Amino acid sequence: MGKYFINGIGCVSAQDTTNSEKDLFNFKELKENKVSACKPNYKDFIPPAMIRRMSAGIKMGVVASSLALKEANVKIPSAIVTGSGMGCLNDSEKFLRNIIDNDEQFLTPTAFIQSTHNTVGAQIALGLGCKAYNVTYVHDATSFETSIIDAILKLDEEEQNVLVGGVDELANHTVELHKLIGHVKEENTLEKGILNSNSKGAVYSEGAQFFVLENRKTENSYAELVDVITYDAILEEEVTSKLEAFLLANNLKTSEIDAVILGVNGDVEFDGIYQKLQDTILKEIPQVYYKHLSGEYNTASAFGMWTACKMIKNQIIPENLRLNSVEVNSIKNVLLYNQYRGKNHSFVLLKSC
Amino acid sequence: MNKGVAITGMGIISSIGNTVEENLLSLLNQTPGISVIENIKTHHKNNIKVGEIKASNEELINQLGLPDSNSYSRTAMLAEIAAKEAVKNAGITNINKCKTGFISATSVGGMDLTEKYFYSQFEETKNRKYIESHSAGDSSSKVAKSLGITGFVSTISTACSSAANSIMMGARMIKAGKLDRVIVGGADCLSKFTINGFKTLLILSEDNCRPFDTNRTGLNLGEAAAFLVLESDECVKKGNKNVLAYVSGWANANDAFHQTASSKDGEGATLAMQKALKVAGLKPENIDYINAHGTATENNDASESAAIRRIFEDQIPSVSSTKAFTGHTLAAAAAIEAVYSVLALQNSTVFPNLNFQTPIEETQIFPETEVIIKELNHVLSNSFGFGGNCSTLIFSKA
Repeated sequence: MGKYFINGIGCVSAQDTTNSEKDLFNFKELKENKVSACKPNYKDFIPPAMIRRMSAGIKMGVVASSLALKEANVKIPSAIVTGSGMGCLNDSEKFLRNIIDNDEQFLTPTAFIQSTHNTVGAQIALGLGCKAYNVTYVHDATSFETSIIDAILKLDEEEQNVLVGGVDELANHTVELHKLIGHVKEENTLEKGILNSNSKGAVYSEGAQFFVLENRKTENSYAELVDVITYDAILEEEVTSKLEAFLLANNLKTSEIDAVILGVNGDVEFDGIYQKLQDTILKEIPQVYYKHLSGEYNTASAFGMWTACKMIKNQIIPENLRLNSVEVNSIKNVLLYNQYRGKNHSFVLLKSC
Repeated sequence: MNKGVAITGMGIISSIGNTVEENLLSLLNQTPGISVIENIKTHHKNNIKVGEIKASNEELINQLGLPDSNSYSRTAMLAEIAAKEAVKNAGITNINKCKTGFISATSVGGMDLTEKYFYSQFEETKNRKYIESHSAGDSSSKVAKSLGITGFVSTISTACSSAANSIMMGARMIKAGKLDRVIVGGADCLSKFTINGFKTLLILSEDNCRPFDTNRTGLNLGEAAAFLVLESDECVKKGNKNVLAYVSGWANANDAFHQTASSKDGEGATLAMQKALKVAGLKPENIDYINAHGTATENNDASESAAIRRIFEDQIPSVSSTKAFTGHTLAAAAAIEAVYSVLALQNSTVFPNLNFQTPIEETQIFPETEVIIKELNHVLSNSFGFGGNCSTLIFSKA
């Protein structure tokens, strides 16, 4: 097994993350239950004639991947791996609505063509003229983490660099359906933030985060990506032992972790899984959250990794991301843990380099 | 040569049979499963032919013994039937005896449910249990849970090449020592969504599809699920397992030409075949049979033929597309064709390309039209999808 370095990052999200003058401490907590991405200046990245035709997911993916490639100074990656829990949801909804509303008549193919889950990865490849390996993982909240597992294998198989990321878009009908089953927070519970919302569900949002992984360290390296593991359906009481086993496999003790980044989203039904760790084995470790800034979407954990990269590079944990007040001198080992609704658990380990 | 990763079990359900054995019989007897659609109400009923599994959802629920409260999509039920057959076939009694993962592939996911209840879920509460069944990952998690797999579970969606990539990822994870055993494959059911999607692209045939024929008229959609059990050499040795065949080569390349059309010279397909041969450590002349993607659309068959010519030049091995038996089963296609490739190796048999008469003028590829009995050592299987995704797998005799 080799070493893997994160040498470029790009992020489109509910925050103004494409603005290089803004940093983590500038971002404000989302106060609505459904928040669209902060639109970058698409004209800087995409030919104007194409902007209108591209769905939100494609545009976000193209921008985030362009930023990551540019930072890493990579023109054409040797593999593209994309995670997307729900795929191109707006075009899926649009085509389906047309089928139902028009009783299977007067249909045009555009929405169908762009509805397939792999459209974002495909459009990135098409834009770059990249004929390399190209795969899309669509496994709910571990779509991004499985993509990293694949990317690491690719680097071990002697590819030089891999563009890997996550993208998911908001779509109105799906949000309305998810409100029916209590997965979306009631807006009036958000005045004092998700931690004080005392309500079920999450804040729904969207975004795209892409990373360039390379097998060599550069001046631009944000961090070393050490390891990643996913569990589809472990029991709540197994989380602690799985976390410890993951660290042990990487020759680390819990006390050697300098910051832990948790997927806390304010859902009273499932945040207890994090709270138990926060109150026990992670008690003496600086704890960080990010979904109050990014909102929840299947690949929101990629925003968490983007946050980790920023923190490691700047060697600072901004106050607005802290869950506790434990201080740290230097940020070396960073652990990310995410789960969604008690399923799709993932652990990612980053290290400063 | 790379010996590859051992296949120790397989399972399948398609329009030509509910088990591996039934599929083999249909292939040998040249009995296609193309018919008029019955399970979905659509205006296109009389203008399309499909590879439909005739069992209704209620029958599938009964077969699996699911409770009334279940929220299975048809994709999930087909997947579970095929995956359970694969696990049984591999003689697995304790799934977690070694580190086992599950990788499925789907393009439709729970769309069959979403299209049924898109509006009614707002008024009626009883169908809201299906809301979470829409996502592609839902069917994989359900099947993994039913098999007792709780660790590494994932789902791939690269349109019509999806299952080739799940088989590839599984093989790579075994090679890298990340898993000891992995169940890989894919599933897709028929849906109004895909029927109308392909209809608007004007690539659905009104007749039985005719892969590689110059007068081909488009594809027949189908539904299916298939899974393979892959095991590490150590697992095979420890369990004294019967190896059915090996996955010896794999590769994925992107055509980077157009969102839905393949390039005329089959660039992506050529790259995928080239790289797969390299991974397997084989030369084109070592391939005895190509189980082609061969959807019978104007574009695919022309592009794929061009790519086959580029790789094999004047030495083209036996070629056939089995799509005229099953229809194009989208994300499941590469998985059912992986099962057919293994059956071809096991039975020293090339399955016929039905409905072929006249070759495509430019490439002059004559697929096999009868059951051919001959020694087979290596079978190459192609799968291509929207988004320029081109994947090739190579299966070798055990």
